[in-house]
Amino acid sequence: MGISLSNIDKSYKKQIAVRNITFDVNPGELFGLIGPDGAGKTTIFRILATLLLPDNGKATVAGLDIIKDYKAIRNSVGYMPGRFSLYQDLTVEENLNFFATIFGTTIAENYDLIKDIYEQIAPFKDRRAGKLSGGMKQKLALSCALIHKPKVLFLDEPTTGVDPVSRKEFWEMLKRLQKRGITILVSTPYMDEAALCDRIALIQEGEILDIDTPQAIVDKFPKDIYNVKADNMYKLIQTLQRYEHTYSVFPFGEFVHYTDKRVTFKTEELQHYLESSGLNAITIAPTHADIEDAFMELAKK
Amino acid sequence: MRTIGYIIQKEFKQIFRNKGMLPIIFILPILQLVILSNAATYEVKNIKFAYIDADRTSTSRSLIEKFNASSYFDVLMDLPSNKMANSAMLAGEVDVVLEIPNHFERNLIKEKSATLGISINAIDGAAAGLESVYINQIIQGYNRDIRVSLMDTSHRSIKPMNISSIPSFWYNTSLDYKTFMVPGILVLLVTMITLFLSGMNIVREKEIGTLEQINVTPIKKSQFIIGKLFPFWIIGMGLLTIGLILAKLIFNTPMLGSIPLLYLYTSIYILVILGMGLLISNFTDTQQQAMFIAWFFIVIFILMSGLFTPIESMPQWAQIFTEINPIKYFVEVMRMVLLKGSGLQDILPQLLKTLAYALVMNALAVWSYKKVN
Repeated sequence: MGISLSNIDKSYKKQIAVRNITFDVNPGELFGLIGPDGAGKTTIFRILATLLLPDNGKATVAGLDIIKDYKAIRNSVGYMPGRFSLYQDLTVEENLNFFATIFGTTIAENYDLIKDIYEQIAPFKDRRAGKLSGGMKQKLALSCALIHKPKVLFLDEPTTGVDPVSRKEFWEMLKRLQKRGITILVSTPYMDEAALCDRIALIQEGEILDIDTPQAIVDKFPKDIYNVKADNMYKLIQTLQRYEHTYSVFPFGEFVHYTDKRVTFKTEELQHYLESSGLNAITIAPTHADIEDAFMELAKK
Repeated sequence: MRTIGYIIQKEFKQIFRNKGMLPIIFILPILQLVILSNAATYEVKNIKFAYIDADRTSTSRSLIEKFNASSYFDVLMDLPSNKMANSAMLAGEVDVVLEIPNHFERNLIKEKSATLGISINAIDGAAAGLESVYINQIIQGYNRDIRVSLMDTSHRSIKPMNISSIPSFWYNTSLDYKTFMVPGILVLLVTMITLFLSGMNIVREKEIGTLEQINVTPIKKSQFIIGKLFPFWIIGMGLLTIGLILAKLIFNTPMLGSIPLLYLYTSIYILVILGMGLLISNFTDTQQQAMFIAWFFIVIFILMSGLFTPIESMPQWAQIFTEINPIKYFVEVMRMVLLKGSGLQDILPQLLKTLAYALVMNALAVWSYKKVN
């Protein structure tokens, strides 16, 4: 009763949007689609939400075929597009009422499901949706997507453009919804959010790179990884890229993530090389790979 | 039903909350009716008239006096020469120049005929035509008088023979152009506002992304479309009401026919326009595109509707084209019912054609509206 896609292809004119997408989401799972902008995440959502017909392949949502049973799917999924798409000139309450009505239900009927979320925006229920802050808009959109008690929830980049505190709150809400048995497919360009999913699919340029639990994906990372820091970040990256033994260099917050080509690698050697290149205040320390490193590694191939 | 009702309620809320839109819907049409009805006239008045009197006799002066007495002509100046007349015409100071040649009076008496030279600025051909008619009327009138006075003295036995026709103008006895124009402009208002609003409405939801959200709901196409368009149907009927009241109060337009009949026709006519608006919405992605396409059709339909220029004087191909112009039918019906007092039987052809049009338009619009790409 989850979601299942097999060999889905979709092109817009000659531009391939997604190619040979196959994955399954188990019922009650929180599944993440992780990839940069333009990877094809939204296309997958639009196909599953019955807004777009795939060129090839089959897909089911909650056991229903996306082409044959599209009407039944529309009754049992909640879709939150990436762009805020509620009526900005209607109030919070009017928006919620509107969506409840067109799904043939009422707010009262399913209030317990959205109670947690709606209570946070209830003080502003007479405010027009266009006048809400980014975080509150997301909560309202989520409430509207949940008002008909969907079995499956599609969230296309729900936290893009939302502040870190609201993002954290939002993910906590998703975890609570998951406990109520709702299958959730969520996409995000933020790698730190990926770790919060049960399983993730990494996608790039319309193709899936890997599907696994976040931990397993990180564990597959083949190299030892080091945090490197120096007084001049820009120069550090350039110097490391010129280094003959460098396997990969990526800026990562205040550090640079570095991996070496050799099996046996001594940090002193690198320290020496960097010092001789005129960098100061150098620290080199082993660290754990995370999803971003894994993604970069997979994207390289 | 509850769903449709709620969508209608939502549409009205949005219309009345849009502070920029309200005046466009209600104030502008009223202004247009008042201004256009007073300004869009076929009558040519205050024609700038000048003359060259080379004769300078009592006969020539009395001819000029005739022009002076007419309310259509402003006798502006007496030009000494042809050359000056040409330059005045070129400078746009005069529209009509009458040239009375030397020996005008003498020729009239001796040879019973004389010639006059008339130059008319014909950049606006329609106005020039009218001016020429006015001038001819004055000169003919003058001709009659002069014949009587000149001949009276010499040939007492010959009585001037004149056949004159006295036209009687039906349905608009005083030939008041406002009586003719107000019903037409009313058509224009109802059409423009409903087409623009309905054309932009669904495209607006496309633009702000709400359509995507609507499309994933189980709402039926027909429910959504009826819910979206019904408010504009109401607004169209409201505009007709306001327009009729103003026409009565300000212009005292005669309303001979049955007003309920007019409402019956309008209620079907608006369906045509709403279907057209929806069709435009379906094939455009932004309100801007929708607006331009709506304008394109409106301009063609208005100019070919018989509102300003009679359809009978259009070339054959254009007359055939006007058969698919809904505004033409509405203009006809409006004028027939209000001015002639036509009944259902009289407007039945227009009514049936409009009904068929409405069915075709809406079928096309609903068919082309897709929830899925």
